[in-house]
Amino acid sequence: MGPQAASLVLLILFFACNGVNSSSVQQKIYVELKNTFPCVRLLNATHQIGCQSSISGDTGILHVLETESDLNWVLSSGPNPPYLVLMDAQYFNRSTMMRFRDSMRVAGVVLVIPKSSPPQGFSPHNSCPNQGTGVYSKNYGPELADCNTTVWNPLGDGLSYEDFNFPIFSLHEDNDTDIIRKCYQDHNVGVNNSAPQYPLCAMQLFSHMHAVKDTVTCMRRTDIQSRFSISPEIVCDALTDYNVWASIRPLNNTAKGHLNGEKLVVAATRLDSRSFFWDEAPGAESGVAGFVTLLATVQALRAVTETAPTPNNILFVFFQGEAFDYIGSSRMVYDMKNGKFVIDLDNIHSLIEIGQVALRRDSKLWLHSDPVSRKNSSIESEVKKLVSNMQHAGAGLRFSLDEPGVTQPLPPSSFQRFLREGVIPGVVLADHQSAFNNRYYESLYDNAEYLNVTYPPNLSPEEQLEFVTNTAKDVAEVATLVARSLYIQAGGEKANLPNISADPKMVTQMLYGFLVQPNNSWFRALVAPDVVQKLGPRPLQYYIGVHDKSDPIKTSTRIIQYILANFTGTVTNLSQSQCQNPENLPGESKDLYSYLWVQGPVAPNSTQGEGYCIRAPVRLSRAVSPAFELQDYGSKDYSTWAESRWKRINARIFLVASRDLEMLTLGVGVGVLLVSLLVTYFINAKADVLFSSSREPSSTAY
Amino acid sequence: MTVAVFFGCAFIAFGPALALFIFTIARDPLRVIILIAGAFFWLLSLLLSSLVWFIAVKASRQEEATAQKGLLIFGVMFSVVLQEVFRFAYYRLLRKANEGLAAISEENLSPISIRQMAYVAGLGFGIMSGAFSMINILSDSLGPGTVGIFGDSQYYFITSAFMTLAMTLLHTFWGVVFFDSCERNRWWAVAVVLSLHLLVSGLVSPSPSHRSRAVRTHNTCADKRP
Repeated sequence: MGPQAASLVLLILFFACNGVNSSSVQQKIYVELKNTFPCVRLLNATHQIGCQSSISGDTGILHVLETESDLNWVLSSGPNPPYLVLMDAQYFNRSTMMRFRDSMRVAGVVLVIPKSSPPQGFSPHNSCPNQGTGVYSKNYGPELADCNTTVWNPLGDGLSYEDFNFPIFSLHEDNDTDIIRKCYQDHNVGVNNSAPQYPLCAMQLFSHMHAVKDTVTCMRRTDIQSRFSISPEIVCDALTDYNVWASIRPLNNTAKGHLNGEKLVVAATRLDSRSFFWDEAPGAESGVAGFVTLLATVQALRAVTETAPTPNNILFVFFQGEAFDYIGSSRMVYDMKNGKFVIDLDNIHSLIEIGQVALRRDSKLWLHSDPVSRKNSSIESEVKKLVSNMQHAGAGLRFSLDEPGVTQPLPPSSFQRFLREGVIPGVVLADHQSAFNNRYYESLYDNAEYLNVTYPPNLSPEEQLEFVTNTAKDVAEVATLVARSLYIQAGGEKANLPNISADPKMVTQMLYGFLVQPNNSWFRALVAPDVVQKLGPRPLQYYIGVHDKSDPIKTSTRIIQYILANFTGTVTNLSQSQCQNPENLPGESKDLYSYLWVQGPVAPNSTQGEGYCIRAPVRLSRAVSPAFELQDYGSKDYSTWAESRWKRINARIFLVASRDLEMLTLGVGVGVLLVSLLVTYFINAKADVLFSSSREPSSTAY
Repeated sequence: MTVAVFFGCAFIAFGPALALFIFTIARDPLRVIILIAGAFFWLLSLLLSSLVWFIAVKASRQEEATAQKGLLIFGVMFSVVLQEVFRFAYYRLLRKANEGLAAISEENLSPISIRQMAYVAGLGFGIMSGAFSMINILSDSLGPGTVGIFGDSQYYFITSAFMTLAMTLLHTFWGVVFFDSCERNRWWAVAVVLSLHLLVSGLVSPSPSHRSRAVRTHNTCADKRP
């Protein structure tokens, strides 16, 4: 064993040198599971939500939930609690999870995400999204507050807003799930429903969270740490990223506050989504459809605004973090109000927001407006004009536009944050009359398949990129509508309207890139070289996330920034170094434009693209909730969402030995120890008798 | 409750060595020194063989399985030979020390016999090699998992503990035989120790089943006792 030990140690040394930190014995015991997505803890001003494990991980005997009797086994009859439950999506609902939470017999839950979505719909979000931070309150349309008249997300069971004291992970159906099921089948299924024999297959989940209670507490702790500790440990971070905005005509980014004599039409949408799990947020209908529509709108408006400019400027805004109490829009409105943005609220002529638009029923789109501000006669006439403009713009398209009725409030939308600070005429364009058409709102099933962004089999990735889906045609029509509406609204000639139409091919490329495969030739050609490095095979996820020093802007945000730059900007002949610092060049101004270096399309016979520099009126602005700016972590007006930090997110399966075997080992050990003590004592006591030697007499004590 | 396994295995692997230490070594400071020095010499041999192993691994083609297996066998053999070389070096050192001890003692007699030295040095070698082979396994025995998800025997930990026990005792026996044969210039006995050490290691290393390896090594152990 000596040399084997030596080689074992050497092997460990060797592995340690290679950065692999597990001994060969551990490899015999544990199967580490990759590609797991945990539910993590988020905090707001008053609550903590999400999940966490204990600091050393939670271990339970694996049990696969397949029938009702399995549920009973886990909750009451199984002999070996606590159990770690592996379940299919059909059991992942509020009632089951609450029963698990209340029983002490569940150590954790692993959800296997199926390839197909549950037909009955599923939304772990609230039934009244962003309830407390919208415009409707005691002081503003009290009869409309708290979704009193319309429940927007009736399928929402609020699961995402519960606090679980055991870890919950999700896994995609792949090799790992096969290994888990095999381990379960081999070890944990008893004969004829009897208790299975040891050794049993068990699972351990690590997702210990550093933050507790609420944002007030965790920010205070972070603050104390950073003030008094030499190596401060931050316990939570605010959810932040960037809003993206652009305008038809450039705005001077150094001149903040009110712009004299300017009226801008604002077109807004949101960038983000969420689901129960961390960084699993495909957000197809709730986010992607909206911002793809707005991007297509920008592209559709480009040609006509160059030949026949509108009297009023148009501002396109993409808000980040709207799923978490309107982080992006509340920040931009806050900046406008305090003179920290290029325009202020008085510069806004009117606002068109694109909500969820890709799932229309009966060829109808709906124009939601705010009934409270419409009581004001001037606003009423403005809104009426806006609606009639839009209806005029939509004439000849394959859908009709309607208003849902004057007693219904606005759906959850960024526009509500503008209304909190001032009366602005505006509408929210959506595909639903009252409750959402989206049956998977803020869930991980709100994906490409749900929007029917699917492709005939046997298409190569390049062919898929070019294939125009029906969804793309529909979205392009909506974009055409929005573009024409914005053009009229900004004072353009109605005669030019037929020249404005969104390109379905562009839309299908965007949908493919944002929903299916970000690493495609079109995206690679449009973005910066360092963004290209980050394009992975996995579809983009739209959870806002926290500020990361090494990667300060979310990849999806940067892609949108670059696409927007390509759609609004002009190609210059600046070199890469000039592009970074164009300040001293004649005719160039960093105040008016951003200068972005783009990788450029790659010719078929080369590996490197011809890069070029784009000058575009596109900007990023921080989407940090004003609550963190004001250090008012208990704020009722602004989003206070923060994400807890963690050290280790990990899942592994292994066998556990029976208690009998463990006790046997201990018994044998104690026996060996006692026997050897006795034997040695007596042999030592009689050593002079036993070891007397004639040849070499012992001279010392024995 | 895998703490039970931890203590069980620790008692099995190190219980006899502990008993020997308490009753035969701990009372005499000189023996303690020789024990520690023996352990140190084993560590030196390990250090040297790990250097050689490290270089060999870096130099070899890592993707070839057969080359890796050959390398492992070479590593084991080299390490065994090196351990015996260091045992001999330690013998020479103790021999010198013994003369010195005899010179300063009143009756011109060494306070410790070569046989006792041999036993203590052997135990030092054994304890250290046992500790090195067992410590990783012991730390993994704390759980929560146990071996077996890939179809290995669930008796892995207890078998390893008994293996360690056997190696510790074997090192002690080899120490006694080695020193004795050096003393009497019976070089064939040294060769027997070396080949037995090689044999035991060879039985242990490539064998896929832990249970059979334990059985085989225990047989070797039994052969050695008389």
